[in-house]
Amino acid sequence: MSEKKELKELVVQGAVYQTKYTKKFEQRTFWEAPDDRLIYSFIPGTIIDIYVKPKQKLIEGEVLLLLEAMKMQNQVRMPFDGEIVKIHVKKDEVIPNRHLMVEIKRK
Amino acid sequence: MGGGEKAIEKQAKMGKLTARERIISLLDKNSFHEYDLFVEHSAKDFGMESKKLHGDGVIIGTGTIKSKPVCIFAQDFTVAGGSLGLMHARKITKIMDHALKMRVPLIGINDSGGARIQEGVNSLAGYGEIFFRNTLASGVIPQISVILGPCAGGAVYSPALTDFVFVVENISKMFITGPSVIKSVLGEEISMEELGGAKVHAEITGNAHFYAQTEAECFEQIKSLISYIPRSNAKKALSYPAKAPLKGKKVESIVPVDPRIPYDMRDIIKSITDGSDFLEVMEHFAPNIIIGFGRMDGETVGFVANQPMVLAGVLDCDSSDKAARFIRYCDAFNIPIVTLEDMPGYLPGVDQEHAGVIRHGAKILYAYSEATVPKVTVIIRKAYGGGYIAMNSRHLRADFVFAWPTAEIAVMGPEGAANIVFRKEIAEAENPEEMRQEKIQEYKEKFANPYVAAAQGYIDEVIEPKDTRARILHALQVSENKSVFLPNKKHGIPPF
Repeated sequence: MSEKKELKELVVQGAVYQTKYTKKFEQRTFWEAPDDRLIYSFIPGTIIDIYVKPKQKLIEGEVLLLLEAMKMQNQVRMPFDGEIVKIHVKKDEVIPNRHLMVEIKRK
Repeated sequence: MGGGEKAIEKQAKMGKLTARERIISLLDKNSFHEYDLFVEHSAKDFGMESKKLHGDGVIIGTGTIKSKPVCIFAQDFTVAGGSLGLMHARKITKIMDHALKMRVPLIGINDSGGARIQEGVNSLAGYGEIFFRNTLASGVIPQISVILGPCAGGAVYSPALTDFVFVVENISKMFITGPSVIKSVLGEEISMEELGGAKVHAEITGNAHFYAQTEAECFEQIKSLISYIPRSNAKKALSYPAKAPLKGKKVESIVPVDPRIPYDMRDIIKSITDGSDFLEVMEHFAPNIIIGFGRMDGETVGFVANQPMVLAGVLDCDSSDKAARFIRYCDAFNIPIVTLEDMPGYLPGVDQEHAGVIRHGAKILYAYSEATVPKVTVIIRKAYGGGYIAMNSRHLRADFVFAWPTAEIAVMGPEGAANIVFRKEIAEAENPEEMRQEKIQEYKEKFANPYVAAAQGYIDEVIEPKDTRARILHALQVSENKSVFLPNKKHGIPPF
């Protein structure tokens, strides 16, 4: 597991060091600012039901759909007052984690 | 005969030894004495009443490793898949109680499909009793877990509570929920090996401390470890005849002067240990810090050292966890700690900050501050900022702090410091880059050396690299009767 890797550069406090990377470091994910108009799944599961349609206007807290995971029916709710732009999932669809489910826009 | 010829054949086909073969390979010849061979389960449901399980699927006993006494249990996968029922657990807890009472190391060989479902809640009770004893014995006797088969669900928590976990390629499997459950519930497909194989735990999770290719190699690692550690927290590790380091690389020729060029810190460790022997712990996890055992003048020493070869030797979440736990281990078992320092600071990045590098990094501070065993630090090259404080500085009560002439003890590296201190001059200069380089040089000359810290007494001595072993040895000799007292408390609340 400790095969010789090429030296790479790592910048710490302005200084450039010659060093090797770890697998974990190479595979780290880069942060992106979250977009609250995109509603992603927070757990892999099945879409049990969808209660809304595009262009429908909703208020904060209204239930958009049911996502079943770990034997629990999770209600996915509207995070603010707004309108449905597009629905990216279908009823009975099995989706992974961090999957785009619904696009919305603010009122 | 355990679970009979067929089951033993199956075990061999998986490349695994039987429980009894394992015990015999690990212990000194003819030293094993078994107890509770005739124990039987008392389950009455699901047809269990008519089933006889030999020894109830686990072998317990006592023996010696290199003439040092140990208590041992080995789950027998050939008997009902090594599943844990009430009597199986009682045998394990019996030998655990024995180990704790007699103050001898406990070795557990895990090879079990998990709870014996037919015995219901009694299986869960059995696990709970084991976990409780693991916790009770923690820091009193060494506890070693050897994963030589599946170890899934609740069963994984016993190894996690012990001091050292050994895994073997293709044989060890540890996870809370297995691939089939993950697939059915979450739709994620992954093999057992990718989910919780030996390599995963040695490299990624940090659950394992020793990784071997074969069971035989694993047993050699255990024997080596046992030779370095004391029997209990009331003892010192046994002394061995002193040996000089091998005449390998000259210690003074290992380190490049330019602090940005790496080298293998292990070469320095091996240049100061007896016979150049070094038993590295968690070699593959967070390799930007090195931990492990060596001997100096025949006495066990725990080493904590930054590794410039990997990620420039930075501190991060994983390396902090790794070092802190090892420091606490050494402190609990009366093993002096030698810290070799060459580190530019903490790893920058959103992922690190969001992963809680604050609380992880704090563990090192806590562990060093709390440790009362002799603590010696040698600053080889870079010692910048918070990392300088963390790596067993005088301020955390290092007993001796030495520095090589190449040491740079400063609040930050020259590049970063120049940008802040001389911001105005650089911005207003005709040629900012030229000015920046000039100011970096100026800062380097003034502060990138050991003498500023030495002038404050934060460093006791600037030493020649070739004298490193002699100076550490003397420091350890002087510290032999070290006696300090911490405020009385039930226990502290270390950052987790």
